[in-house]
Amino acid sequence: MQVIFEQIINGLTIGSFYGLIALGYSMVYGVLKLINFAHGDFFTVGSYLGYTVLVFGSALATSVFGLWGGIMLATVLAALGVAIVGVLVERAAYRPIYASGRLPAVVSALGASIVLQNLIMVIWGPRYQAYPANLIPNMHLQLFGFNITLLQMVILIMSFILMLVLYFVIQKTLFGAAIRATALDRDTAALMGINFNTVIRFIFILGPALGAVTGVMVGMYYRQISFTMGWNYGLKAFTATILGGIGNLPGAMFGGLILGILEMLGAAYISAAWKDVFVFMILILVLIFRPTGIFGEKIAEKV
Amino acid sequence: MDYKSTSMSRLDQKTIFIIIGGFVIFPFLVSDYYIDVAFFFGIYALLGLSLNIVLGEVGLFDLGHAGFYAIGAYTTAILNTTFHIPVLLLLPVSALAAGLFAYLVCSPIIHLKGDYLCIVTIGMGEIIRLALLNNPFGITGGPNGVFGIDSPTLGFFEIDSSPKFFFYIWTVVLLSILGLIRLQKSRIGRAWNCIREDEIAAEANGIDVRAYKLLAFVLGAALAGVAGNIYASKLMIVSPESFSFLESCLLFCIVLIGGMGSIPGVLIGSAAISLFPEIFRPFAMYRMMIFGLAMILMMIFRPGGIWPRKRGAIERSGFPLSTLRKQRSLANP
Repeated sequence: MQVIFEQIINGLTIGSFYGLIALGYSMVYGVLKLINFAHGDFFTVGSYLGYTVLVFGSALATSVFGLWGGIMLATVLAALGVAIVGVLVERAAYRPIYASGRLPAVVSALGASIVLQNLIMVIWGPRYQAYPANLIPNMHLQLFGFNITLLQMVILIMSFILMLVLYFVIQKTLFGAAIRATALDRDTAALMGINFNTVIRFIFILGPALGAVTGVMVGMYYRQISFTMGWNYGLKAFTATILGGIGNLPGAMFGGLILGILEMLGAAYISAAWKDVFVFMILILVLIFRPTGIFGEKIAEKV
Repeated sequence: MDYKSTSMSRLDQKTIFIIIGGFVIFPFLVSDYYIDVAFFFGIYALLGLSLNIVLGEVGLFDLGHAGFYAIGAYTTAILNTTFHIPVLLLLPVSALAAGLFAYLVCSPIIHLKGDYLCIVTIGMGEIIRLALLNNPFGITGGPNGVFGIDSPTLGFFEIDSSPKFFFYIWTVVLLSILGLIRLQKSRIGRAWNCIREDEIAAEANGIDVRAYKLLAFVLGAALAGVAGNIYASKLMIVSPESFSFLESCLLFCIVLIGGMGSIPGVLIGSAAISLFPEIFRPFAMYRMMIFGLAMILMMIFRPGGIWPRKRGAIERSGFPLSTLRKQRSLANP
């Protein structure tokens, strides 16, 4: 019981990473019908930016803002930086291609992914980088007799808040309404006076910023980051997107959480080496029996 | 009715002769290194042709094609090193193994559309790679792979040097191209293209969509299996890292950069993918970045590929495909 609970907590932590990255995929897919292969690399760039701020600015930041202030500063700076990268990539690699259909955009996205990955390698070097140790005090909290580390609590709460904020932005604000309208029907939305390019730019600010925050959290959780990790996380997050029903935001988040829990339980009870095989098997089985994902077409409209 | 005008085909023949002539004398002029580069160009061409059947002809998004390639390579490697069956004899065996695997795996997923099929094939490719990495029953050698694969031998003639491998792969590519051109013009090829253009219309016309899609996957996988066999016999070692997701992505790009469903396009695309990193070697760590930039620029300026397939052939025979598509896209954007 103890082990299952702790594995579920571990799974939720990893799952919230997948979920937050999946939100970016899902938003872009909802509006553009484009699988944004570069999204995993936005996440990596965020992780590296956070690393730079924490390593080189940590003394200054923590003395001025305190420990939590320093971490917050790193997260916000990473999110801002990656939002800029996201807008630039959209402007340079995607916007010129919208008119020519979906498949050229896939190649362009793969190209953007290769460029970003190698840019990171050129700037930060090809070797693994490590986040500062014990950034967040290594404390264990007792919750109903089970252990949770403080870091896991922070990650879970933070991703929950981000998810709520995103949900609020999409559902309650004017910008969110514009995004939903564009996802439903681009031409009609344009006739109603919604500027398609502005909507896209907004999405390419939100998605990459979320990815960057996830990147910093992954850096703090695993401490080790490499320039190729975007592929792996991107692939899992995309799996989560499909699992939850593509274009469906709450679905993407739940898909991520389910994926994380399955992965951790698979690692604990079946085999650690085969856990990814297990994850992809589940994905294929779900798609065979529910070809639109677990929550596809069921929860709400597509964004 | 002959679709091509005669002057066009004569010009084509002349160019083809020049290109083939260039290929024949090429290995006698340059060092083994460049011959090997040309060999890998051939491997990518064969893989590109195999993916072109699935992606180009039928329009099925397959981002796990490296998995079939891996099945072919590992079938050859394992059977050759444990049972010492000659590699050349394993060529059809690898093709059969990859084809059979594609049939078993794709049968339950063939009804999926577009991006869902795409993610399932990604998952399949990853499962194959991870399975090879995890060394099931101790036969795949884990991360180290399988090594000590023999060279292909035909009687006393052993294909063991770079120029011999060069001629070997390009002979296979040439034969495949001849076969695929025949296939494109056959009933099967027309049915495939019909499915690509409009699946519902194809089904309404009595085409068994499911069977033809499966056939495309099986044939594509079998050809990739052949490429795997030749790759294994050339390198004498196979390891899981050669069959990563990136490899599948590169194959996908070969078909799209060249032009969907176009055989000359596939050759150009595979040349771009395999020669580009060699040409830009002096740029060292910037070269992959330039490669990615080139992919983006390529799609901005030639979204249909470098050598897109001409539609004229079908249209002139009285079935105006492009007009039909235009009307559909107006009615149903």
